[in-house]
Amino acid sequence: MKAPGVKVAEMISVSRRALLLALVCLGILGSVAAAQGELRFCLRSEPKTFDPLKVEDEASVTVRYLTGGVLVRMNRQTQALEPELAQSWKVSKDGKQITFKLRSGISFSDGTPFSAEDVAYTVQQLMDPALHSPTGDTFRSGPGNVETKIISPTQISITFPASVAGLDRQFDQVAIVSAHSGKKEMAVLGPFMVADYKPGATLLLKRNPNYWKTDAQGRKLPYLESITLDIQPNRDVEMLRFKRGEIDLINSLDSEYFDKLAATSPQLVHDAGASLDSEQMWFNEVAKAPLPQYKKNWFRSANFRRAISEAINRGDLARVVFRGHAQPAVGPISPANKFWFNEKLKPAAYSPDAALKALQAEGFRMENGELKDREGNAVVFSIITNSGNKARERMATMIQEDLQKIGVHVNVVTLDFPSLIERVTQSFDYEAILLGLTNVGLDPNEQMNVWLSSSENHQWNPQEKTPETTWEAEIDRLMQAQASSADAKKRKESFDRVQEIAVEQAPFIYLVNRNALSAVSQRVQGASPVILVPQTYWNVERLSVK
Amino acid sequence: MNVWRRVACAVLLLVAGLSLAANVLAPAGYAKQYREAADSGPSSAHWLGTDEIGRDRFARVLYGTRISLLLAPAAALLSTLMAALIGGLAGYLGGAWARGAMAVTDLFLSLPWLFLLITVRALMPLNVSPVVSVLVTFLMLGLLGWTSAARVLCASAGSFRDSDFVRQARASGVRGLRLFWIHVMPNLKPVLYAQFWISIPAFILSEANLGILGLGVVEPMPSWGSLLKELEGLVSVGSEPWKFVPLILLAVVVTSFQIVMSKQEEVAA
Amino acid sequence: MLGQRIARHGLTILATALVGGLLAATLVRFAPGFDTDEAQLDPHLNSASIQALRETRTEQNNIVRFYFHSLQRAFKGDLGTSISLGQPVSTLLRDRTPLTLRLVGMGLLLSWAATLAMALSAAWLRVSAYDALSTAISGTLLCIPAAVLALLSVLWNVPGALAIALIVFPRDYRYARNLLAKAYSQPHIITARAKGLSELRILFWHVVPVIAPQLLALGGVSVSLAIGAAIPVEALCGLAGVGQLAWQAALARDLPLLINITIMVTLVTLLANSSADVIGHVLRGQEV
Repeated sequence: MKAPGVKVAEMISVSRRALLLALVCLGILGSVAAAQGELRFCLRSEPKTFDPLKVEDEASVTVRYLTGGVLVRMNRQTQALEPELAQSWKVSKDGKQITFKLRSGISFSDGTPFSAEDVAYTVQQLMDPALHSPTGDTFRSGPGNVETKIISPTQISITFPASVAGLDRQFDQVAIVSAHSGKKEMAVLGPFMVADYKPGATLLLKRNPNYWKTDAQGRKLPYLESITLDIQPNRDVEMLRFKRGEIDLINSLDSEYFDKLAATSPQLVHDAGASLDSEQMWFNEVAKAPLPQYKKNWFRSANFRRAISEAINRGDLARVVFRGHAQPAVGPISPANKFWFNEKLKPAAYSPDAALKALQAEGFRMENGELKDREGNAVVFSIITNSGNKARERMATMIQEDLQKIGVHVNVVTLDFPSLIERVTQSFDYEAILLGLTNVGLDPNEQMNVWLSSSENHQWNPQEKTPETTWEAEIDRLMQAQASSADAKKRKESFDRVQEIAVEQAPFIYLVNRNALSAVSQRVQGASPVILVPQTYWNVERLSVK
Repeated sequence: MNVWRRVACAVLLLVAGLSLAANVLAPAGYAKQYREAADSGPSSAHWLGTDEIGRDRFARVLYGTRISLLLAPAAALLSTLMAALIGGLAGYLGGAWARGAMAVTDLFLSLPWLFLLITVRALMPLNVSPVVSVLVTFLMLGLLGWTSAARVLCASAGSFRDSDFVRQARASGVRGLRLFWIHVMPNLKPVLYAQFWISIPAFILSEANLGILGLGVVEPMPSWGSLLKELEGLVSVGSEPWKFVPLILLAVVVTSFQIVMSKQEEVAA
Repeated sequence: MLGQRIARHGLTILATALVGGLLAATLVRFAPGFDTDEAQLDPHLNSASIQALRETRTEQNNIVRFYFHSLQRAFKGDLGTSISLGQPVSTLLRDRTPLTLRLVGMGLLLSWAATLAMALSAAWLRVSAYDALSTAISGTLLCIPAAVLALLSVLWNVPGALAIALIVFPRDYRYARNLLAKAYSQPHIITARAKGLSELRILFWHVVPVIAPQLLALGGVSVSLAIGAAIPVEALCGLAGVGQLAWQAALARDLPLLINITIMVTLVTLLANSSADVIGHVLRGQEV
């Protein structure tokens, strides 16, 4: 039997231990709760810059989206333009001037106040010709300087030397930087800010304590405490980590992984339908290309290109390579781009017989299963594509078999990307190439440099001094017309005609439009994957985790 | 001949026989795409299933065996001979010769040969014939793959240079290359056999990796290396064990080679 | 005398490393795709911007001049700036080298432990079934692509060092096994066994001294193998080491980074192999 004093001492000791245990549990719970406010996913490459004005690679675009504050934001779900840092805006009739009325009482993440000065500073920096920014270049519709006029601390007008098509929408990509902050581009207006960066490993973003937005109930946004971005280029490892619950979402999922995940956990995968991205091939039509003249003659013939297009089974490409998560492409614009897609256009029918007839009409003939041209040259050419992209390698091999049926022998060559770029942009030592357009925006003006015959990115025949064909001259005229018009209807008419010419002349043989596939874990609340980039976290400030 | 060696010989003969009979066993060939049955499992029509674009995997394994079994050992032989000549001779000569040769060898080990291979690809026409592409690839592998063994051979030859039997031969009037070839070289055989045996699977795998540079076998031709690359989709392959057949086959063939060659190693020892 | 020899070795190593850097720079410079950038295909960029992208590498066109300027800057502590990552090369290497050293070091230790254990067992036991089994194991490992071994390490949550060990081990094992088999078949070993010497005594007194130079050479070579294996392992396991950096630099034709990495790798390779040579010479009682 214990003495009362000993009993009390024991009780106190037990109480202390219980308190300690309770404190430890609370600490654990607290850290678990904090950890639960963290979203985790992967970047496929190292971000090259945190300066939102210099962004050009996908990883840096992601960081800009998560940390940058913009004047207007296109709602990726409704595709409508919504006010952000700007309460309202007005575009002049000639499309050269835009006036923003800004919200007041907003600060950057380091406390520096936000005002029209910052917008003026940002635009001047962006439009500095020495910067060579892809974002800045989209505004560069003509020679001359941009003028910014600060009307008041919350009002600014920006005047461009020439009309800019879709002027207001372009500001979705312009993250405002501070004119005064000592932290330069690290002082941000977006929902998150860069907290820690371990090159090659992870990037940690923490919620911006000064973020201006609140939800309908008055709660401060974002709901998440932090976002951890792991740098992981390998898709197999990314998939493995998602299955193990180490990451919460895969923004762009390969179709084979989609199906495998759907078989076991269908609630985790999302197919938002056809995206804006396309896969296409084209022939080298450069006059000075180091190719035999007879091959140049083939590639420069629209009949030849159309025949090849007809001989490719797009349905099989969509069904086999993308497992049904793609659709045969029609032209330069995906049907998912509802406003700009020309509904009169239909996918090219698969018909090897018709293709062969068309080629025979051009003077080609079949000899012992081999197609030969008028001069007796066997139709043999190579298709190059970038190695490491399994979908493109498989498409190229399927195209090889399709064209074999009409006696065309194709050699598939996969090259590392720098070698491929060098052939396409400098030496022009290639015959046909299979690539794709990704992260495509809605406005066709973003493809201006692809369609203008004088442009470097006029990929089948870059930098023509004057348009070498009448149809290219027509496309030049139409693209300039749509770029200089502020009337959406007129712009659509012009671009509809561009699409028709593109399909008739087939400088690009459009193959498929991939579906926007993604995976989101059940931990994540509020996700609603869409087709526009970024598919899964477009509404990141309203996402939370269980 | 012991039991293991007999089994190994039988395995090698069986594999060689099957690959030669590919035309009979898989008459549809390695390129035909059964698109309605893409990425399917084993069935009576496709014993090892089909790949992602519907090509019969069994046919591709058979035809791929021909290329890999023929060319990888040839490239391995080339690299072994080069290692013997460079490393062995350097060790035998010793002094500044050995130092110079080993400095060059170490350089070879450190340089990023990826860029030489990229340049080689650029110098080849895009429409190069599959035979030429494969030959050039294995030739490059043979020319670049000798460095590891050269170091070990140099050390081996160096240790024999002043051994009793070499001194005796020298005292008997045997000199120069004759001394090296008749008295030193046979003692290097254990290392040479090891080099040869290691190089075969290494070159088979390297050939597939060189596909990213546009070298190696070209589509639709199969090789063991390209078949093994399917395993890199490990996350999904785990539930498709038939995709491991090329790996098992390669491991069995390489092991059989080694067991058969171990007789030569015993004699050399 | 010894000091002179060490200095001579050191100078040879340094000169070879510098030549290696120049050769690497030349290989990179003249490989296709050198002055290209993925961004060139961005349809948003206009001609002036694309031209400016091309001109970022103008300084590197004359490779010999560029290399000597790089060396001049290096002697002042400036290793240049990475084109692809936009960060000082010295910072990148300083941050990543310790991880790679740990990974490669651990991988080599594990590989050599397994190599010696299995090779010695094969030599001692002299049982054909054991030899066949160890041949099958090492043969199978040789046939598994390095990328698959790296992925397996991610799948099974094991350290990347184990993947490196599994890549290097089969190569080391085969050489070591053959060297030991040859050494144990020598007449003096048979005599020693007949006279009743213990296996350990035979090993340390009669076998190791004979094959030590070759094993040391193999050790030096396995350092290069391990460094090479670190590239896929780091890339796939998401380890921010020099291997991952080397791969990124190669894809981007990042000359400043590639030159420095090559010089570093050459130095490590030369040091490892030269040390093996020196110890081998000492053991043989030869002049270094």
